[in-house]
Amino acid sequence: MWTWFYKLASPPYVFGVAAALTPWFFALAALTIGYGAVAGLVFAPPDYQQGDAFRIIYVHAPAAWLSLFAYTTMAVAGGIGLIWRIKMGHAVAAATAPIGASFTLLALVTGSLWGRPMWGTYWAWDPRLTSELILLFLYVGVMSLRPAFEDPARGDRAAALLSVVGVVNVPIIHYSVLWWNSLHQGATVAKIGKPAMPGSMLWPLLSMLLGFMLFYGAVLCIRVRGEVLNRERQSTWVREAVKS
Amino acid sequence: MMSSFWSMGGYARFVWPCFGFAGAVLCWNIWSARGHLAAARVRAVRAMAMDAGEKV
Repeated sequence: MWTWFYKLASPPYVFGVAAALTPWFFALAALTIGYGAVAGLVFAPPDYQQGDAFRIIYVHAPAAWLSLFAYTTMAVAGGIGLIWRIKMGHAVAAATAPIGASFTLLALVTGSLWGRPMWGTYWAWDPRLTSELILLFLYVGVMSLRPAFEDPARGDRAAALLSVVGVVNVPIIHYSVLWWNSLHQGATVAKIGKPAMPGSMLWPLLSMLLGFMLFYGAVLCIRVRGEVLNRERQSTWVREAVKS
Repeated sequence: MMSSFWSMGGYARFVWPCFGFAGAVLCWNIWSARGHLAAARVRAVRAMAMDAGEKV
């Protein structure tokens, strides 16, 4: 039953699977992002209150969702590395951090550009915005902590510990619009059974969400291969892989 | 028709920079990940060459 789990702990297996998956992820991401962008920008009708400014949702919401997903992935992978001492856990956590940080920055910038015409300001110390900014600082902290130790294993453990502790911020970001008074709008897609959008607006958004996830998968595969090579460069199988 | 698309109902200066920045982030991710992998390959080849030198 646990065979698949043990396989995921094997660097050559992870390296090979990541190489095989990368082109598929990229191709599917190009298709879904292409469809979502065209349908969202051209075919979706303007919002009755926000007009065409609502189209920012097609990059803002997927980026914000991915920022949380990537952080959770980083914390889970770091936790696996800490608890089971699986090196591949730390490799995946290290590979995820810069991707997650870049999408968190994208969510903050696009949110700020959306906030100006809707709220009259680029920035407000609102619970959702502030907790998302803290997420960016957590990513930067994790990325800075890892190389701060001379012993890479200690750096991995410290970064994993920070990412596991920081995961408490993920539900805070998600529920901040419910727990506190917030300028930010509530859930649009995640309302179970009744999204607050018609299909012509919703399908492009779901396509962009899927596309960003696939893109994340593709970039993660490339970065994981780099991490595996860095960590295993003294191994015989790496020498064979580099030669070929 | 085209000009109304580009003007985005008067919100062009907010909508297009968002999509432009999103494109830049996607491109940076690809460029950076490929650079990371290429650098790791170079380090692995260098380690291999150093080992070969030591054996000689």
